[in-house]
Amino acid sequence: MTSLNESLAREVVDAPTEPAALITTDAAVIAASNESLGVLTEAMSPRKMAFKRFMNHRAAVISSIGLIIIVLFVVLAPITARYGVNEAIFKSEGQNLNSNLAPSKQAWFGTDANGRDVYSRIIYGAQVSLMIGICTAALSVALGAIVGGIAGYFGGRLDDLLMRVTDIFLALPLLVTLVIIRGVLKNVSWAETVMGEASSIRFLVLMLSVVGWMAVARLVRGQVKQLKEREFIEASRALGATNKRIMIRHLLPNSIGTIMVALTFAVVGAIAAEATLSFFGYGPDAGSGETSLGLLIRDSKKAVPPNYWWLVVYPCVFFILLSLCINFIGDGLRDAVDPKMQQEVKG
Amino acid sequence: MIRFIMRRALWAIPTLILVTFVVYCALRIATNPLASYARSNPRIAKQPEKMQQYIETNGLWDGPGGYVRGYFHWLGGFITGNWQPSIKGSRPVWPNLKDALINTLRLGLVASLVGITIGLSLGVFAALKPGKLRDTAVNTGALVGFSIQPFISAVLLQLLFAVQWAKWFGEPLFPTSGMYPPGHEGFDPLLMGKYMVLPVIVVSIQTIATYSRYMRGSLLDVLNSDYLRTARAKGISERRVLVKHALRNAMVPIATLIALDIGAIVGGLIITEGVFEYPGMGQYFLTASANGDFPELMPWMVVITASVIIFNLLADLTYAWLDPRIRLD
Repeated sequence: MTSLNESLAREVVDAPTEPAALITTDAAVIAASNESLGVLTEAMSPRKMAFKRFMNHRAAVISSIGLIIIVLFVVLAPITARYGVNEAIFKSEGQNLNSNLAPSKQAWFGTDANGRDVYSRIIYGAQVSLMIGICTAALSVALGAIVGGIAGYFGGRLDDLLMRVTDIFLALPLLVTLVIIRGVLKNVSWAETVMGEASSIRFLVLMLSVVGWMAVARLVRGQVKQLKEREFIEASRALGATNKRIMIRHLLPNSIGTIMVALTFAVVGAIAAEATLSFFGYGPDAGSGETSLGLLIRDSKKAVPPNYWWLVVYPCVFFILLSLCINFIGDGLRDAVDPKMQQEVKG
Repeated sequence: MIRFIMRRALWAIPTLILVTFVVYCALRIATNPLASYARSNPRIAKQPEKMQQYIETNGLWDGPGGYVRGYFHWLGGFITGNWQPSIKGSRPVWPNLKDALINTLRLGLVASLVGITIGLSLGVFAALKPGKLRDTAVNTGALVGFSIQPFISAVLLQLLFAVQWAKWFGEPLFPTSGMYPPGHEGFDPLLMGKYMVLPVIVVSIQTIATYSRYMRGSLLDVLNSDYLRTARAKGISERRVLVKHALRNAMVPIATLIALDIGAIVGGLIITEGVFEYPGMGQYFLTASANGDFPELMPWMVVITASVIIFNLLADLTYAWLDPRIRLD
């Protein structure tokens, strides 16, 4: 920031700065006061403006902090988890098997049917679930952005084909699509060499990506279709830019916001899909000594009738918090890249 | 208008055929009906000529040509009402499917009514004071609703209202599974209502979240429009502006959404029905796919795709009917 901007910022003493902006960098504070003055807003890059809008979305900022904490807990699992994932804590004394213990000092969230610490298992489960979510989202967004971008840009037959195929898949309930595709991939012999065992995590990630890219492709297609009619694309075409150059230099940077939003929602979608499939017994077998949030929630179903509430409440609430954080971040990002929403609120 | 309906209805038939063909091939591979049949009838499986007979009567030929021939064999039987019996127990499929369909429609329509009413009211409530506390509260609440997956809310509600309630007050407030107590005969709306409370709550959480956000957005669009300013400038009372001009126009896109959602009810309650063991379409699907029961799954798929396609058409028609700016044909 130039000194001119800084002095301007100091002059505007009674400018209403948003509380959220105060905890950001100086640049954001200055930017906020610039906007309230109604001058020099053109000095802000679109990216900075989007960042400022994101920081004004209080729930999104809180959720980002929450997600960072969760990720730290998960990454530092050897330190944060108190017991091993499959470790039966405090071995049985006499007849007592120490299974299904209510929360106590030794086991904050209680123990499950095999006497394992629920708190530690949630951390290990979140590790697997987050990995599934991120891998699936990355794959489906990469594929969806490429297909959607090409279809949106060139239009024609390819575009029609994309829309018809995705229409069919998106018309069926997600669980039905997943169960059928899982059955098909399981019974096609060559698929196993690519996808691995039907109960492996690789299989699940690839299967979710097979379905997940379609929603992204439609989103990116819409964005590209809108963008390619804009003047700056026309101008660059008039200057002799090739299709490749237009796509890489103009369309990609301008749709990156949409792609980011799609990425966040794809992460949460994949985590939820894993949990749904696991809940109905179609999920991955996380491997010996591992677990996932879906498997924990599946086990919680059995804990309802005997009223082992800690086996139900802790995994479920954690799952809700995790999806909530990612959803809020996605919401904040969407508001940030689509300023129209903000104007609506003010209007 | 009539030409449009005719054209779309004519288009719906090839679409349905294409979708069912894709589904037929996918299900043939996924469930492997021949293996399922052999598993259910181990004695017949040992007799190759009986198995060959099963293949011939049900059109389960192999190879790409066999699939196409098998599809038309199946389609012919399906249209003439000559449905294949289920693999497990060799029962006729239609009576079960019909019961499941009725049960699901009952649950789905009640839940939609509750969810849409509450969702729309919350959306209007939020849109009237955009940016204020109530708006933030409704928006945040909707996102919380989205984040609660149906099986999670179902498990938590079962724990609270059945198990914990029984611990505190002696008996559960609501039953947790089925539609009637085991062994119940006949129709009893009051008892059924009690069994439906928890499933309805689970389904409506998502509906409320969707509709409150959608209604809020739609109403804000209308409230910021020029024709509403004109209406106000004419001196019409604010109440009349809101009811006669704003709400009516805001409902146009919502009506399409409602039509689409009703079409999706038929196949869309699988998770809820699975958790509550509610004998509807979802439970039917889960059982049939666990058994690899191809003859039970195909009609199910036809019903849900047909429902989606028909209500898609209805959604387009409602839109055109409600919004005079849209011209069909």
